[in-house]
Amino acid sequence: MADSAAQPPAGAPMTVTLNGDPHELPGPMTVAALVVHLGLEGKPVAVERNRELVTKARFSEVSVEPGDELEIVTFFGGG
Amino acid sequence: MTVPPADLADLPLEVGSHTFESRLFLGTGKYPSMESMQRALEVSGTQCVTVAVRRMEIGAPEGKTLLDFLDRDRYQLLPNTAGCFDADHAVRTAMLGRELGISEMVKLEVLGDKQTLLPDPVGTLEAARILVDEGFTVLCYTSDDPILAQRLEDAGVAAVMPAGAPIGSGQGILNPNNIRIILERARVPVIVDAGVGTASDVALAFELGAHGVLLNTGVALAREPVRMARAMKAAAEAGRDAFLAGRIPRRLYASASSPTQGVISVPGE
Repeated sequence: MADSAAQPPAGAPMTVTLNGDPHELPGPMTVAALVVHLGLEGKPVAVERNRELVTKARFSEVSVEPGDELEIVTFFGGG
Repeated sequence: MTVPPADLADLPLEVGSHTFESRLFLGTGKYPSMESMQRALEVSGTQCVTVAVRRMEIGAPEGKTLLDFLDRDRYQLLPNTAGCFDADHAVRTAMLGRELGISEMVKLEVLGDKQTLLPDPVGTLEAARILVDEGFTVLCYTSDDPILAQRLEDAGVAAVMPAGAPIGSGQGILNPNNIRIILERARVPVIVDAGVGTASDVALAFELGAHGVLLNTGVALAREPVRMARAMKAAAEAGRDAFLAGRIPRRLYASASSPTQGVISVPGE
């Protein structure tokens, strides 16, 4: 984990990996805020952060940090 | 669904804590359109449909998604771990599916290779143990190997789902003898899953004694998916009734159906 001196200043844009691709976010935010930022509010989604499930109940508690690997999934047709 | 007379009624299928009147499970993939999928599912009488867990298309245009076409009051969703080639990946996918589906049911698949899509027995068993421990109701896709089926049952899966043939191959039940052996020894429901091509495959599976059949490609890629869904429903009911009715044995020689006594005389007798 990077020490505080290496963290970008609060509010600065940051890059995460979202669904396999680099994605720039305007600044640190909670998972709940991320879902809104991406226009996914109200849609059925599940979120994994650094290979760990983030339950819906914890969306407002968990922060997205620079370098995070995020997976946001939903249901598709399948057998 | 036509209701049979009371003396001909079947018991419902119980998988874990879930009960299903229909013994046919359908997938939601590969249909030519959402409307055709919707109608095929309806006509099939199924009460449980599989769905895949995949990355959301961020920034894609607004439009109807799969869930807009599935009546949650009518269908139990069964998230699968399709596309997973190791236990860890399957477990992560199952966790995401549970979060999405608000259900603890999962169709567990841990595949061995992309060409055959045959299950990886080692990865499957490993993932099954983890998911059972995590409280999932695991319906486990497996091969027709009776020993592996036994191990999965020992691990606590709610249903064993042996493949009739490779996924999407349409070859039907390639090894009915192994399916029969699995059925003879199983203490959980056995749902034949994968390889079903047409109605007679479904009927055969039920005639062997299968408790359920899961299929996708056989309906979705039929020339007329809705008509094939209707055929599968009829085949499931026919095969199940034939099994419950107790078939006659196969004989080498004939056994007359009409009385042999009282035949009128033949000239010269």
